[in-house]
Amino acid sequence: MEWKFSDDRPIWVQLSEQLARRIVTGAYPPGSKLPPVRELAAEAGVNPNTMQRALAQLEQDGLARADRTAGRTVTGDAGVIEAARMAYARVNIDAYFDAMADLGFSRQAAVDLAREAGT
Amino acid sequence: MNETLVECRDLRKVYGRKTALDGVDLSLGRGRIVGLLGPNGSGKTTLIKILCGLIQPTGGAAAVDGRAVGPYTKSIISYLPDRMYFADWMRASDLFDLFGDFYADFDRKRAEAMCQSLGVDPRDRMKTMSKGTKEKVQLVLVMARQAQLYLLDEPIAGVDPAARDFILHTILTNYNEAGTVLISTHLIGDIERVLDEAVFLKEGKVTLHDSVDGIREKTGKSVDALFRDVFRAQPMEGGAF
Repeated sequence: MEWKFSDDRPIWVQLSEQLARRIVTGAYPPGSKLPPVRELAAEAGVNPNTMQRALAQLEQDGLARADRTAGRTVTGDAGVIEAARMAYARVNIDAYFDAMADLGFSRQAAVDLAREAGT
Repeated sequence: MNETLVECRDLRKVYGRKTALDGVDLSLGRGRIVGLLGPNGSGKTTLIKILCGLIQPTGGAAAVDGRAVGPYTKSIISYLPDRMYFADWMRASDLFDLFGDFYADFDRKRAEAMCQSLGVDPRDRMKTMSKGTKEKVQLVLVMARQAQLYLLDEPIAGVDPAARDFILHTILTNYNEAGTVLISTHLIGDIERVLDEAVFLKEGKVTLHDSVDGIREKTGKSVDALFRDVFRAQPMEGGAF
């Protein structure tokens, strides 16, 4: 998965979103060890302090845990990961409805069209 | 060890009638990567040269690690000048010998490893190298020191975008974590993600000093976009005579 950044928002926020996405999609499986900060920073081409801040956010969100000796691991709590997955789904759904509203579709029409496309 | 690594107070430099630095106040902490950003002629190189002890300020004071610029500060500063200064008959390996003699903190093994990962053969002579390769060799020399302050004057100016990424990656993976890296450039878009902090230098004055994400949070713009706003050249307005 490529790291991508937009210009309008803080880099650490975008990093933590993309890290969370990797956890949700299983690229970093539950309970697995996360790569060290420096390695992640080099991979994403960002400052290590920025990456550190993004990881701290993951911890705050409960998606990762810092161990004193073993670095960072992905949470083993399936509930937390599922909740994050649902939050991402929500974002996609909202984006869909917003885009359809722009095109002049009512909410109901958007639902109907999605159902039609899904079958 | 004090928290502040670099401290400039009311630093001034005048060349004849031209003022290069007009009262610079600047404090830099440790373990940071800082962008010194400004258009051509804003005083970036002058400031770096003063910190290196290569030129004397006209007024004000500069200290590194709590000491006035002098032999001690030179020993803890690794400097990448904005131009080439090697004899072109030299091989990269000759330069390693030279740096090994000059600097106690030069790590030759690391320099060789960096050359390898950058695809540079240390046995090649400087004159046979492309501009980009020469810049890589210079960077290797500078980053292979365990310095406290790295002063990089336009390290990415003359190389193609792929080499730029490589150079930034080299800086990111090789700087001493307790050390601070000060990078001067006007190519901000390329290095923004690598920086902790940005310092805007305009006509010899510091006009902004903030963290990159702080700037993004406050302005909703990238540092690059903000730079373009701040330093947009004012077009000549005709007809007002």
